Amino acid sequence: MWVYEKKLQYPVRVSRCNPRLAKYLIEQYGGADGELAAALRYLNQRYTIPDRIVGLLTDIGTEELAHLEMIATMVYKLTKDATPDQLREAGLGEHFADHGPALFYHNAAGVPFTATFIQAKGDPITDLYEDIAAEEKARATYQWLIDLSDDPDLNDSLRFLREREVVHSQRFREAVEILKEEQQRKKIF
Amino acid sequence: MNTSVPRDYYQLLEELQTIDFVLVELNLYLDTHPEDVHALQQYRAWSERRREVKARFESRFGPLQPDGAGGPGLTWDWNRSPWPWQV
Amino acid sequence: MFTQQKVYHPYVGPFDPCPPVRIKTYQTPPQLYLGFQPPGLPQFPPREALRRGTLWPALFSPYEGRRRDSAP
Repeated sequence: MWVYEKKLQYPVRVSRCNPRLAKYLIEQYGGADGELAAALRYLNQRYTIPDRIVGLLTDIGTEELAHLEMIATMVYKLTKDATPDQLREAGLGEHFADHGPALFYHNAAGVPFTATFIQAKGDPITDLYEDIAAEEKARATYQWLIDLSDDPDLNDSLRFLREREVVHSQRFREAVEILKEEQQRKKIF
Repeated sequence: MNTSVPRDYYQLLEELQTIDFVLVELNLYLDTHPEDVHALQQYRAWSERRREVKARFESRFGPLQPDGAGGPGLTWDWNRSPWPWQV
Repeated sequence: MFTQQKVYHPYVGPFDPCPPVRIKTYQTPPQLYLGFQPPGLPQFPPREALRRGTLWPALFSPYEGRRRDSAP
């Protein structure tokens, strides 16, 4: 089960109404390397990974749900109270025609979220390598989003999310080492 | 409710976010380093602090979880605004 | 000196229509180097950890973004 807490993991501030940025950020909401894909990928893989790794997949998968909420908050704030005209000018006319002011799980180009974005092979090393690749792809996406954004407050939150991909990638790499059972770790704790 | 939250809402919220973040980082670290006793002690100490700050936040600004209403109020505060994306 | 940003110099053809970018960059963040994180690494103070997105300086990866009018 999961327990919801009524707060964001990290503060999200937005300097100005900017639906164009929201259109790009949706990539991390419903895109192939986005936070929804990440959460579903890890939480699904954990049933068939060796027990030692289940905790890590559970905890990172759960953190991704918190990141999903941060991305939703960014999109919400960037588009809140924007007029249909403003949305159309920002390239969100097609989105508005289908979803009005609602958020939806699709990528920046409007391709709806699909389970084919993620994978589970049931081979532990294969799945962890997929997870490491997913973290690096998400990190790259955040870099491109930071490059596209001229909103300093938003970039602060995007840098936080990019750094989290670095840490998750590190932990998945350690998970691979644990499964290899060849650690040179000195027991000095 | 359309009244803005008071300024110290953000201060106390960030205090809680700070503690929770240290806990998340130690949690993931401990998932791959379960025998690091020092990190484990650190985790337990921060969990203790968290309980305090969470209680302080909830008594001042309402529940973070449905069962966290805490105060003696007679109304159901859980679904009262603002929600995280609104502040 | 170590840097997380590497550079390369792509071939510039005589018929490239866009103004050539002679120095291209890419990121090589710390998880590529750290290996299995050793215990007892120095930590950021809590508030700074939140701001930076990690508790450990050894895992911190700065990314300032590039000028929006320059090619990646």
